[in-house]
Amino acid sequence: MVVDGVTDEAVDRLFHALADATRRDILRRCVRGELSVSRLAAAYPMSFAAVQKHVTVLERAGLVTKQRHGREQLVRTDPDAVGRARQALDELESAWRARVDRMSGLLSDDGTGAGPGPGTGPRADPGPDATTNTKKGQDG
Amino acid sequence: MTVTSVDKDVDHLTLTLTADFTAPVERVWRLWADPRLLERWWGPPGYPATFEEHDLTPGGEVRYFMTGPEGEKYGGWWRITSVTPPASLEFTDGFSDQDGKPNPEMPTTAVRMTLTERGGGTRMELRSVFDSREQMDRLAEMGMVEGLREAVGQMDGVLAG
Repeated sequence: MVVDGVTDEAVDRLFHALADATRRDILRRCVRGELSVSRLAAAYPMSFAAVQKHVTVLERAGLVTKQRHGREQLVRTDPDAVGRARQALDELESAWRARVDRMSGLLSDDGTGAGPGPGTGPRADPGPDATTNTKKGQDG
Repeated sequence: MTVTSVDKDVDHLTLTLTADFTAPVERVWRLWADPRLLERWWGPPGYPATFEEHDLTPGGEVRYFMTGPEGEKYGGWWRITSVTPPASLEFTDGFSDQDGKPNPEMPTTAVRMTLTERGGGTRMELRSVFDSREQMDRLAEMGMVEGLREAVGQMDGVLAG
């Protein structure tokens, strides 16, 4: 990867931050920005210091910010609500578009719909959609 | 193109999607009403869904989980609010926790699906509404995280090769 030193370092930090299940879970919990580090720490079977360390890694990667609120520091996952709302609708759209494609594939198989399973049909896979994940998604 | 129109209304947190199939209404309905068929299109490729409960009656529940490539499980549920075979289905769609119970911290969407006969085929109209902006934000945030996680996974593959 040919990128300048600074960017490369930022990407490293971002990927390192995301490569840990606890840190990904912290990101999910802190979307509303109403949890302090100590409240967060109570949610995990690890020490306060260990959770604090995870939060610091996320903060350095730019994925969370800490805001002072009285005597507490509240952790918040990156804001910009409108952008995310649009993104949520985009993800829901791509999840449903992919579902409709699969429905179409099943309907064109034969009268019983007993054709090849998912991902093995004649149609090209649209690729995993983001929402599951979720729902996922969403499927969620 | 099967999907003929999509409308995203950010102010009302609503996605409206129209799709046209050449198959008759009864067959499209079966894709929803037969859990073994539903399993084959609900989850994305690589995340097949298993429906453990599928009661399409008013107040009825549907429970399922999707299994990821590494065996990880993602659960979900529907609660049926209205059903008129083979014309319409309305339900609340949500996520489950690891025990298969509805997870109240996760977003839900209200889904209304209608099927109408059109030129020998079927038009499916789908409306999906997030129950709050806060929850919608939350889902997007998760999507971002999962998307990045996938990218990380792919990088790992490249680096290992």
